[in-house]
Amino acid sequence: MINTSSVSNAMIYLDHPATSWPKPPEVAAAMLHFLQEVGANPGRSGHRLSVEAARIVFAAREAVAELFGCEDALRVVFGANVTWALNQALHGYLRAGDHVITSGMEHNSMMRPLRDLERQGVEVSVVPCDHDGRLDPQRVEDALRDNTVMVALNHASNVSGTILPVREVGEITRRRGIVLLVDAAQTGGTLPLDMRRDQIDLLAFTGHKGLLGPMGTGGLILGERVDLERLRPVLQGGTGSRSESEIHPDFLPDCFESGTPNGVGLAGLNAGVRVVLARGVEAIRAHEQQLCDQLLAGLQQIRRARLYGPLDPGERVAVVSFNLEGLEPSQVGLRLDEEFNILCRVGLHCSPAAHRSLGSLPRGTVRFGIGFYSSAEEVNAALRAVERIAND
Amino acid sequence: MTEYAYFLVDSTAQAMRLEKILMDKSVECKLVPVPRQFSSDCGLCARVPKSLLEPAVKLLAAAKAAYREIVFDYA
Repeated sequence: MINTSSVSNAMIYLDHPATSWPKPPEVAAAMLHFLQEVGANPGRSGHRLSVEAARIVFAAREAVAELFGCEDALRVVFGANVTWALNQALHGYLRAGDHVITSGMEHNSMMRPLRDLERQGVEVSVVPCDHDGRLDPQRVEDALRDNTVMVALNHASNVSGTILPVREVGEITRRRGIVLLVDAAQTGGTLPLDMRRDQIDLLAFTGHKGLLGPMGTGGLILGERVDLERLRPVLQGGTGSRSESEIHPDFLPDCFESGTPNGVGLAGLNAGVRVVLARGVEAIRAHEQQLCDQLLAGLQQIRRARLYGPLDPGERVAVVSFNLEGLEPSQVGLRLDEEFNILCRVGLHCSPAAHRSLGSLPRGTVRFGIGFYSSAEEVNAALRAVERIAND
Repeated sequence: MTEYAYFLVDSTAQAMRLEKILMDKSVECKLVPVPRQFSSDCGLCARVPKSLLEPAVKLLAAAKAAYREIVFDYA
């Protein structure tokens, strides 16, 4: 892996759960190419530049489909981010009188639309997780009701990195004939994920984290079991197709992609996903897991440090939350930035439910996240910095 | 004048897929705006010389690539 030090003058970037950085040079090159050489509206005209733009968008669709084990690239629907994707899935699928099950480790991108739907008559069950964020699939099964139509789960926590048992829950949802929606914001590109093997029906992904693309990209992948007549589009409008009709199209992907897409962003996403595919998700996972192990072991040696989440790096993605006894997370974060050039995120990470499960509400935590370009030297430097702050 | 087969599709993404499948197997294919006489749609369709219709249809069937219909015209 490339060391960021040559890019950032000894700045250590450990905020990958928020967004990955730096991006591979291929991403910037693809975006520049799109802006300077292509630039036209994908699929809105028949001229050569519009066709070339549409080819780039389609290449991104194919790359994402390959990464997530989706056989049909037309079932990859692009949107602004994973939040859009979760809103599309939840608001599009659930109706008053339906029951949906989620976990106690969700991000607000899941919980806020669910709480809104609850006010509209959707029944919502939040299955509690243990103090490390683990979810027992049996508790999901126990929460099923006659009117349960969906289980909606975070694949891994953006606070503690805890991996939720998606495949085991997928077996339950398959047996019951209900759909499984998975929020892969923290696992796309960093943890092997296959919609067929893991029995996922709706997969929400972001482009700008482990997929190494730019912000403003993401989407929803629709598995073959999803009833497309039931899933209503949250946006309707121009699609570049069936222009003679004022009725919104019902075919994929246009049904869920109204308005001009983020062509330049999708050019970057295509490049980023192809970097991930070339390296291999297993190799990326091994690299990050090794550094996560190093980080967890080091933090455990630091006096006053309290860690959250499982200590086995096999049970988590490389997202590590901790606190130093007697210090507020904001104080620690400011010192890391100003004195040690270490960039991380502190506080509640838009996930009060997860912090409640982990016992870190309302204080929050300091969060280190390891990424594609992170190195053992950077992890060591971060550990030395935390030790210095802890010993002051 | 050459006679062409026009594969009409629902979406731009479908047109992209048709083009890729055919071009990967070196079957001549060009994406063009849908001729007005076939549809008032402003979208694209895949144009293939009629002489290559049979291999094109077979390739698309093997790849399970959908299209709406095939129409013919001279260009």
